[in-house]
Amino acid sequence: MVQAPGEVGTVFELFRKSKYFTVQPESKREIPEGLWIKCRCREILFSKDLSRNYKVCQKCGHHFRLTAWERIELTLDPDSFVEFDADLEPRDILEFPGYAQKLAKAQEETGLREAVVTGEGTIGGHRVVVVVMDAHFIMGSMGTVVGEKVARAAERALEKRVPLVAFSASGGARMQEGILSLMQMGKTAAALGRLDQAGLLYISVLTDPTMGGVSASFGFLGDIILAEPGALIGFAGPRVIEQTIRQKLPDGFQQAEFLQEHGFVDLVVPRNRLRDTIIKILGLHQQGE
Amino acid sequence: MPTVFDFEKPIYELETKIAELKQFSADKGLNLNREIEVLEQRALELKRSTYGNLTPWQKVLIARHPNRLGARDYIDNFCTDFVELHGDRAFGDDPAVVGGIGRMNGYAVTVVGHQKGRDTKENLVRNFGMLHPDGCRKVLRLMRQAEKFGRPLVCFVDTPGAHCGIGAEERGQAEAIARNLMALSTLKVPIVVVVIGEGGSGGALALGMGDRILMQEHSVFSVSSPEACASIIWKDAGRAREAAEMLKLTAQDLLRWGVIDEIVPEPLGGVHRDPEQALELLREALFRHLDEICRLDRGELLRTRYHKYRAIGNL
Ligand SMILES: [Zn+2]
Repeated sequence: MVQAPGEVGTVFELFRKSKYFTVQPESKREIPEGLWIKCRCREILFSKDLSRNYKVCQKCGHHFRLTAWERIELTLDPDSFVEFDADLEPRDILEFPGYAQKLAKAQEETGLREAVVTGEGTIGGHRVVVVVMDAHFIMGSMGTVVGEKVARAAERALEKRVPLVAFSASGGARMQEGILSLMQMGKTAAALGRLDQAGLLYISVLTDPTMGGVSASFGFLGDIILAEPGALIGFAGPRVIEQTIRQKLPDGFQQAEFLQEHGFVDLVVPRNRLRDTIIKILGLHQQGE
Repeated sequence: MPTVFDFEKPIYELETKIAELKQFSADKGLNLNREIEVLEQRALELKRSTYGNLTPWQKVLIARHPNRLGARDYIDNFCTDFVELHGDRAFGDDPAVVGGIGRMNGYAVTVVGHQKGRDTKENLVRNFGMLHPDGCRKVLRLMRQAEKFGRPLVCFVDTPGAHCGIGAEERGQAEAIARNLMALSTLKVPIVVVVIGEGGSGGALALGMGDRILMQEHSVFSVSSPEACASIIWKDAGRAREAAEMLKLTAQDLLRWGVIDEIVPEPLGGVHRDPEQALELLREALFRHLDEICRLDRGELLRTRYHKYRAIGNL
């Protein structure tokens, strides 16, 4: 079942056919749609080549953000993924101005119901439960449904006694669901606490960006914490810190490499080696194989 | 001069007038009792209508009142034999958080709380109750110690949020908060939390999960401070008042959603207007809840705690 690294290209061929595949521009200054995309290093990239290279710029190594479905296609064994709780729908509980429209727009643009997709499948033949966030949906913010799906995923991993693998990509707690969003930090931490006490493995992969309420809950609770190169990871956003301390932040501040240097990330792993690294770790948590 | 908010001005004006009238009556030997009584009745009605109908933003102001009691005030009053314990055994001692052991209502307890300063000078030392990762880890250390010795944990929440700065990020603010949340959710001793002022963001939750969550009548608890929320949503911290209205951060809102278990009444006008009465009111509620959860079977306690958090938001 273990795929050779070269075969991951075929995985990409697969999701290129899926309706979810679009190269998402990361800022409005970039070329919006189509065959070409401009990287932050100014290199013009052919989107087909970019996809073949795991959406990593061949020139500067910049890791473009993936959609949840791209991540699933890239990480899980083909056709192994079965989604959980696909019908859970966020609601505007606080009647927060503009939120209902924001949700509708995000759903239309991403084809997702919420900022996270959860389910089970295999990675290199290992059975796992996965949590995959999508930063394209209201910056991957965590409200009640995101928290609920993450907690249920942890509970299913416990029930099935399989490892949990989570890919976070989030700006933090969702303001528009107020205190209920904050409490999802407690909810996800509680569910992971049970997994922890049962001696089950939880691999947390921090991708760009993992901030605030998500990093300060399930993001940093992994037994093993991996991160993608250059990913923004932290608690407070850089803009907020700059405004607070009124000085410019040092280069590389809150990037994955900075976190590894300070002892908060086990390993920064480039995307083309991420799947194999996860497979290796999963294998090392099985005695006698 | 006490801090007087705009919406309280008519009350203070009336109270000043009553005081003047009393002085005048004493000086001149005139009997103005009837007039004074009428005015006092009016003042009471005004206070009842004002403080009984506070807007969320007005509650934020009262929750942040400089003369409001802080964690240390409650600890000193509720505990006998309190011994303060410092430090996280790793980096330092964060003055934004106080902790220690003491006896409360007969129980030997571990007690922790965010601690704001009573004045500007102390606030600079205590960083306005905004904890660093070292503060979180000091609390985590004391929680584990409580668990080892089977002591119940009492937490006082009063912070605008976790500190935001370079050092805090370098030392893993997010990791520190996350660890506390997991520890609080699985800690094998009873936990009572009281929100005594403002509870803002993950920095508040790091001391704010437990078996019973109480909130004082005019305290607030939210996903972020109204300023931070306004800055995130509209990129304008100046719209904090508006954000406070939308965040639904009052004790009354939180009780409605099952986030908290009980609202503890405050003296008319807030804790700062009658600290003695505020102490009595909180003592009664806190001791009652502490007593209740200490009598529960520990396995049952943990199951109930888990389901309480699992249910939040599933409306
Ligand atoms: Zn590039």
